[in-house]
Amino acid sequence: MSKSFLSIENLTQRYPDGQGGELTVFENASFTVEEGEFVCILGHSGCGKSTIMNILAGLAEPTSGAVIMDGQEVSGPSLDRGVVFQNYSLLPWLSTLANVTFGVAARHPKWSRAEVREHSLKYLEMVGLKGDVVHRKPSQLSGGMRQRVSIARAFANHPKLLLLDEPFGALDALTRGTIQDELLKIWRGSNQTVFMITHDIDEAILLADRILLMTNGPYARVAESVEITIPRPRNRTAIVEHPNYYAIRNHLVQFLGIRSRELAGQPADGGMQRPARVHIDLTAEGEAEEAEPEPSGARTPPALRAVNI
Amino acid sequence: MDKLSLNQRAALLSIVMLVVGLLVWELSIPAQKAVGELTEYERLTGGGAPKAGVPPPSQVLAKAWEQLSNPFYDAGPNDKGIGIQIGYSIYRVLTGYLMAALVAIPLGFLIGMSPVAYRALNPFIQVLRPISPLAWMPLALFIIQDSEASAIFVIFICSIWPMLINTAFGVAGVRKDWVNVARTHELGPLKTAFTVILPAAAPTIVTGMRISIGIAWLVIVAAEMLVGGTGIGYYVWNEWNNLDLTSVIFSILMIGVVGMLLDAAFGQLQRAVAYAE
Repeated sequence: MSKSFLSIENLTQRYPDGQGGELTVFENASFTVEEGEFVCILGHSGCGKSTIMNILAGLAEPTSGAVIMDGQEVSGPSLDRGVVFQNYSLLPWLSTLANVTFGVAARHPKWSRAEVREHSLKYLEMVGLKGDVVHRKPSQLSGGMRQRVSIARAFANHPKLLLLDEPFGALDALTRGTIQDELLKIWRGSNQTVFMITHDIDEAILLADRILLMTNGPYARVAESVEITIPRPRNRTAIVEHPNYYAIRNHLVQFLGIRSRELAGQPADGGMQRPARVHIDLTAEGEAEEAEPEPSGARTPPALRAVNI
Repeated sequence: MDKLSLNQRAALLSIVMLVVGLLVWELSIPAQKAVGELTEYERLTGGGAPKAGVPPPSQVLAKAWEQLSNPFYDAGPNDKGIGIQIGYSIYRVLTGYLMAALVAIPLGFLIGMSPVAYRALNPFIQVLRPISPLAWMPLALFIIQDSEASAIFVIFICSIWPMLINTAFGVAGVRKDWVNVARTHELGPLKTAFTVILPAAAPTIVTGMRISIGIAWLVIVAAEMLVGGTGIGYYVWNEWNNLDLTSVIFSILMIGVVGMLLDAAFGQLQRAVAYAE
């Protein structure tokens, strides 16, 4: 599995529970992400998604386990892993443009000011921000515009891996829709590897190549990896017409509604917890759904069953 | 009245209050005897000094006009213009204040960044902070052996605490998200301190600086009364010894005006570093 671009191996996170014991958030979580892939991770609150994100970003240390990106173990934050935080994390004393040049100048210390500025403006324009808006302070922007700035800052740096931590969680549904479209547009031309946390099933289906499903904590794990068998370019109004859309959606809803709870709280017993691969494609001849557990010593998820569609 | 803005109406009211106040003050003071009406004894003892009362505002205004039209004259050690006296005071305040800022802001940064440093230094700060700055004066005079430098030291010691505590508080309170932005952009510790933590904590730091300059200006008057020689505090005390209450009142007003200007300058600075989240 070391050939994968990003490989998460036996990641375990435990916290003291305040009563002398330990709380295991997740144990031996293992999964991989390929280069250029857009992967979403779905799960209930408290299952450790954000912790995984922080570990990938290098902002937190796992209790044990390793993250290997491009053949190198991740330790500490790096410009190779860009992060878009849920609360935008723009620096409020800088203008919109300066918030982006801040990142670009850090990435390219040798560029001239004009180069940095031009590059930043190009990315701001990609997310629809141009003209006077770029000189405004973040406090003078709407939530949607702020998140656009944050996305522009992240993409402008061409990180090897882009981490999005519920980027649209604080936005209203209509704004969320437009920014999702912009994110897809900017991603399409970039071959950027993206790992994104979300709570929103439809958002995940629209954006992702693959969705990782997490069970509830404690002892949460990445139980399934669901391929999104809907061709790109996708469009929010058109994908609902695709025969696979509701099949996939139903599978995800079932998982989050029922099985995420049934599968929760089971210690790993030292086994490597790899997600079962789920491939749902009604357009193909033959089987409607196949679930193949990963080979080579991976533990078969105890309660995985075929969903009748 | 409806045509006037809120500010115009407030200004009008201020002027009315000022005029009424001055009138009441003027009228409540019994007229002084003219020099010609004094007895020989009164003239010898300084113009009826035992009955010397508070001067009316007209005299204070005349004094102000006289002093301010020639603020920088120097006619010997006990007779210098108000401009020179205030200049000395401002020089002492700024010297002590700048030295305090040079110590307090870096130290506050350290305390704000490091919980260990905070805990280690906190007991010292808690004991030293409530000491009246003038209580240091005898020790300062003995050790430094120079009244000028002692006054500056007193300003230093009284300005340091608000700046130190506010800097530490501001730095410790910088949002973790912003520090994470610096970390994910691989900024070094110095670059993080200057490009993220300093601007983020600047409003709190400048608030501390504003409190400090106010305290320093309060303290310099008292310190100069003690050390003597020059300065606005010495001037007030000297005029009291001369029983020239007109000059005393005039210099009290000048202390207020200079204090207000110093505060306004820091108010401007505060607006410059403020940001809305």
